[in-house]
Amino acid sequence: MSSVESKSNPKGSGVRRFAESAGIRRKFRQEAMVKWLLAGATGMMLVPLILIIAYLVFKALPILSVGFLLDNPVKGMREGGVWAPFVGTMYLIVISLAIAAPIGVLAAVYLNEYAREGWFTRIINLAVINLAGVPSIVHALFGLGAFVLFAGLGRSVLAASLTLAIMTLPVIIASTKEALASVPMSFRQACWNVGATRWQTIRHIVLPNSISGILTGIILQVSRAAGETAPIMFTGAVFFKKVQQGDMFPYGLLDQCMALSMHLFTISTQVPGVPMELPYGTAVVLLATVLLVNICSIVLRVYLRSRKKW
Amino acid sequence: MVKQNPKIEISDLKVRYDDVHAINGISFDILENEIFGIIGPAQSGKTTLLKVINRTIDFSPEARVTGRVKVDGKDVMRVGNVYALRRKIGMVSPLPVGLPLSIYDNVAFAPRMAGIRERSQLDELVEKCLHQAALWDEVKDRLHSLGTKLSGGQQQRLTIARALSHEPEILCLDEFSIAIDPVTTMKIEDVLKQLRSKMTVILVTNLVQQARRLADRTAFMMNGELVEVGSNDVIFSDNPANRKTYEYVNGIFG
Repeated sequence: MSSVESKSNPKGSGVRRFAESAGIRRKFRQEAMVKWLLAGATGMMLVPLILIIAYLVFKALPILSVGFLLDNPVKGMREGGVWAPFVGTMYLIVISLAIAAPIGVLAAVYLNEYAREGWFTRIINLAVINLAGVPSIVHALFGLGAFVLFAGLGRSVLAASLTLAIMTLPVIIASTKEALASVPMSFRQACWNVGATRWQTIRHIVLPNSISGILTGIILQVSRAAGETAPIMFTGAVFFKKVQQGDMFPYGLLDQCMALSMHLFTISTQVPGVPMELPYGTAVVLLATVLLVNICSIVLRVYLRSRKKW
Repeated sequence: MVKQNPKIEISDLKVRYDDVHAINGISFDILENEIFGIIGPAQSGKTTLLKVINRTIDFSPEARVTGRVKVDGKDVMRVGNVYALRRKIGMVSPLPVGLPLSIYDNVAFAPRMAGIRERSQLDELVEKCLHQAALWDEVKDRLHSLGTKLSGGQQQRLTIARALSHEPEILCLDEFSIAIDPVTTMKIEDVLKQLRSKMTVILVTNLVQQARRLADRTAFMMNGELVEVGSNDVIFSDNPANRKTYEYVNGIFG
């Protein structure tokens, strides 16, 4: 290192460079400025977040209650709660992740641990990245064509979940690959050296040490699955569906369902005469669901991190 | 000296990574129950040679291997059960690698992967290997704490204990003392002297004096070629067969 520096600057020795006190003062000033800049940016990010939550909760306050969650929409959505769409969103989250997570993790393990560098893996990696960038409305049209029409599932919970799964899959693959890659190569070599197979190495060393990252990546997709409207609008979510109050399993796989994001869209734009607090209440429930899942993921990650061993 | 059988026979071995020639045709035998030193500057193909011997070269898909390396008379590149081959060889890398497991599990890892489940058998093996690696006394009271929390020198001995845990017939050490202090190095060197009676030891080292102290025979490699191989009496004498050997050993170059 030092030889390279002295080559690039043959006249200036180390002593001379460190003696520049004016430069030092500038450096300190720079350091302080950068620190405040970075802290300021962090603060700016918090402001809208807090404002959004505060505004939503304030607007929704008159209507928020346990009953709002457990009641069904009534009187053409102009009164009542959000039970049917809430359960519908839960259905979509759970089923889509149950499909996407295992496939995504297995594919990522293959890509990161088994696949050799070559044109095939390069194409797959490119596809993963590009698929992650496809707008959700395009996924919606694909889901409509592939699942609703071609596979004959009709507009249903299953078709909507499959569409959401296709949408979240590339992101799960990418985040899982990153988590796997964070496990040092030397661990794998140590395992191979003592005669462990690739799978034994993955099973006993790589996965236990990347599981927190893998789970975080998966759980982050919950908010996408919960929040997207376009992909489910074409493939399974409906304007209204009658559901028994408090029924945990009101929909079959081939039924259509309501969903919070869709419900929010319809009552705020499609139905005249809805009291203002109703859409805000719906938004708060949607936000709370996502936040709750994220908080669970953070707790889980902290727990798994604490067991991380290097 | 008693006539010893060759444990590893290397003939005309060539390895190249894409366009880089790592080893350009080397041939020599490594005998049973000897400490065989390999010295030479960086980029001379020492580590690559070890990778071929235990077939972990497989994990560098860009590597092309020609020529022959036989362990116990069998060509390693054609061996059917590569995992059994690797278990026959203990490998210690330059930087200590404590697996993110407890000390006990670090040592018990290889036997477990080989299918040993019995607690008593594992206990016995772990104690034996940690004794052999001169680590037992320091860790016997905390076998179930993390291996990665040990100091560098202790971790390197843990690595050696792990390399011994599958009861290898050959122990390869790749510059094992690069990250540890001289006192620990001496401890491990004593261990190696004891292991000589039980197994073949290949000692790749940057420290010429270490090869002189420990090895029975030494090979000097440079730029992927074998400059000279012979008993230490010759290699470290004033008149080795090749002038370059004399110059390297005595620090005139390299």
